[in-house]
Amino acid sequence: MAMVLNEEVGMLKDAAKGFLTDSAPVSQLRKLRDEKSADGFDRKTWSAMAEMGWTSVLVPEDFGGVEMGYVAAGVIAEEMGRTLTASPYLSTAIMGATAFGRFGSDAQKAEWLPRIAAGDAITAIAVDEASKHNPSKVAATAERSGNGFKLNGKKTFVAEGHVADMLIVSARTAGSETEAEGITLFLVPRDAAGVSVERSDMVDSRNSARITLDNVEVTADAVLGEVDGGLKALEGILDAGRAGLSAEMSGSAQQCLENTTRYLQERKQFGVIIGTFQALQHRAAHLYSEVELGKSIVLKALQTLDAAPEHAAILVCAAKAKMGQVAQLATQEALQMHGGIGMTDEFDVGFFMKRVRVAEALYGDANFQADKFARMRNY
Amino acid sequence: MADLEAFRQETREWLEANCPEEMRKPMQSEADAVWGGKKFKFSEPQKLWLDRMAEKGWTVPEWPTEYGGGGLSKAEAKILREEMQRIKARVPLQSFGIWMLGPALLKYGTHEQKLEHLPPIARGEIRWAQGYSEPNAGSDLAALMTKCEDKGDHYIVNGQKIWTSYADKADWIFVLVRTDFQATKHNGISFILVDMDQPGVTTKPIKLISGASPFCETFFDDARAEKHNLVGELNRGWDVAKYLLTHEREMIGGMGSGGMRPMGDVAVQQVGLNDAGQLADPFLRADVARAEIDGMAFMFTMERVADEAKAGQGTGANSSVLKYYGTEFNKRRLELMMDSSGSDGLEWGGKDDVARGWLRSKGNSIEGGTSEVQLNIIAKRILQLPSA
Repeated sequence: MAMVLNEEVGMLKDAAKGFLTDSAPVSQLRKLRDEKSADGFDRKTWSAMAEMGWTSVLVPEDFGGVEMGYVAAGVIAEEMGRTLTASPYLSTAIMGATAFGRFGSDAQKAEWLPRIAAGDAITAIAVDEASKHNPSKVAATAERSGNGFKLNGKKTFVAEGHVADMLIVSARTAGSETEAEGITLFLVPRDAAGVSVERSDMVDSRNSARITLDNVEVTADAVLGEVDGGLKALEGILDAGRAGLSAEMSGSAQQCLENTTRYLQERKQFGVIIGTFQALQHRAAHLYSEVELGKSIVLKALQTLDAAPEHAAILVCAAKAKMGQVAQLATQEALQMHGGIGMTDEFDVGFFMKRVRVAEALYGDANFQADKFARMRNY
Repeated sequence: MADLEAFRQETREWLEANCPEEMRKPMQSEADAVWGGKKFKFSEPQKLWLDRMAEKGWTVPEWPTEYGGGGLSKAEAKILREEMQRIKARVPLQSFGIWMLGPALLKYGTHEQKLEHLPPIARGEIRWAQGYSEPNAGSDLAALMTKCEDKGDHYIVNGQKIWTSYADKADWIFVLVRTDFQATKHNGISFILVDMDQPGVTTKPIKLISGASPFCETFFDDARAEKHNLVGELNRGWDVAKYLLTHEREMIGGMGSGGMRPMGDVAVQQVGLNDAGQLADPFLRADVARAEIDGMAFMFTMERVADEAKAGQGTGANSSVLKYYGTEFNKRRLELMMDSSGSDGLEWGGKDDVARGWLRSKGNSIEGGTSEVQLNIIAKRILQLPSA
């Protein structure tokens, strides 16, 4: 498959850029933060996204979607990375749609996919239990109870946790805490008895929550995928999220580079445009090269999720590792080259730096991904 | 699409029938590469494979048939590459004629120049050298002073070139010469083709830190060049030179990508695994994993840049990104090979001859325009940053 966007996806990208630049720029996130928005995102913007079909981009036509695939989902995420638009797009349109579409039962698909496509439901993935991502280490338990299960445990760093209608929770149905086998995924309504949600105040001003499960009763049809064999589905869902985050970080990195380049072309010191200084030219040119590499591996990962998902894991892993580092370089270089103004809250570069830090950590940072990559390569 | 499938089928059958068994074995070293030319010593299977491929025009699949090429479309050429890889067929011929002079002649040469020079390149009969750098014109290439005088029916060339790769094994040389000493430095340069088989052209190999001598000094002492061998317009040779440099950069940038043993495999073989199944040296493991990830990202970037060029997108200056990143990456790769190899890598002629490759790689970020020159080009042409 050629590593260029087809016409349809190219048009989607242009449309996304136009809408987000006009209707949900960085100033929207700033406003949500300053006004301490209870939702943490703008519901009007979210509805408009759903109307444009963005929430149905991974939902099959049979369930009311347009199923354009991961490359299409990725270009929307990339444009959101340029504007830092806050929304449940990643947790719902990418990860929720992947969870139900690829691993859901027929009944679960029929119930949830049309609602996701319509923008009527928000989902959140509750996987982490400690400060460092490690999806196969699960202490939360699900004991058999009557026809169903009873869940106990704590989850943290749950993106969109406090606004989600449905939580997708990993819990242990068998085995010891660190075993890959014995993990099961459950659908737990956020308002179920025994679920308590505490919103976290994150540096990026985006939604994240701690969730406590205290004897939460669910029925047997709340299981997503296989009992005891949930890690495979979980990794599939996480990989979709990791690819989406990589695309988002790619957009943020490109935006930081462009903003910085423009600044270098305009700012004067010592009586000259600072972009004439070779010390700054080389920093910017090196960053450009790194961003180009990141873009390539992200596109390859997204294309592989569409064309051969069984081979995508190592590419997603490499993409998140690479793009996470490139995006952090981009925000750091942007701040340095902007000088003092970059340190001010009034200026946007800080928003990019904080969001990229969170996106880089979410579902495994570059060290986690590089370690996983090495294991997949048998060393 | 049906036509392409038919082409694939025919190509597969032809390759199966015509690629000698010996030419399907991996190359043991750089010495197994076929460069062609009057001085090259072919093995029998090498010559057979070259002649058969040249007959089809497949040593240069995308060149026009009238100039010795295969006349294939990009899609067909890709199928040919894939089918060759399928049976692990070696490349029948590699040369600066194919990589550098050919593309420049196809763009800037006259029909007569193409007819005279391209078919012998395609058949591996003439090996070309590149006369660009001079002792006082390295990164500042346009400062070159090799003098070319008009003697009525021919030119006379005097001066010295340096870093001419394999000049001692070459038959002809393409040379950047100064034809106008009054004009500004970029506007007095011409691009000319010189037959090396004459007393006025002599070469002297330069011994490098790797112990090998892939480069020469080349001296022009009243050397003769024919008028019809001036490529492009008189005094407009810099345009040709720049165009050719983009091809050279892509070639050098791509050197670290294909046909190498993966770094992880080498590290496992040399260092071994611990009880957890991980590389016994945890710092090396982290370095190798990150480098392999960067290597993948680089490989996909080459693929993307090529696909964008095909689709008419992207920017020509991306050859500088590939040159910069590819060469810096290759140096890093060989540093890790040395880290993995321990004392084995410190012996001349040891396994894989790592030391020679390691030392040779240090030149990658200098030749064809240093990394710093590439960063200047990226800053100026892509990022549009102003000049001082």
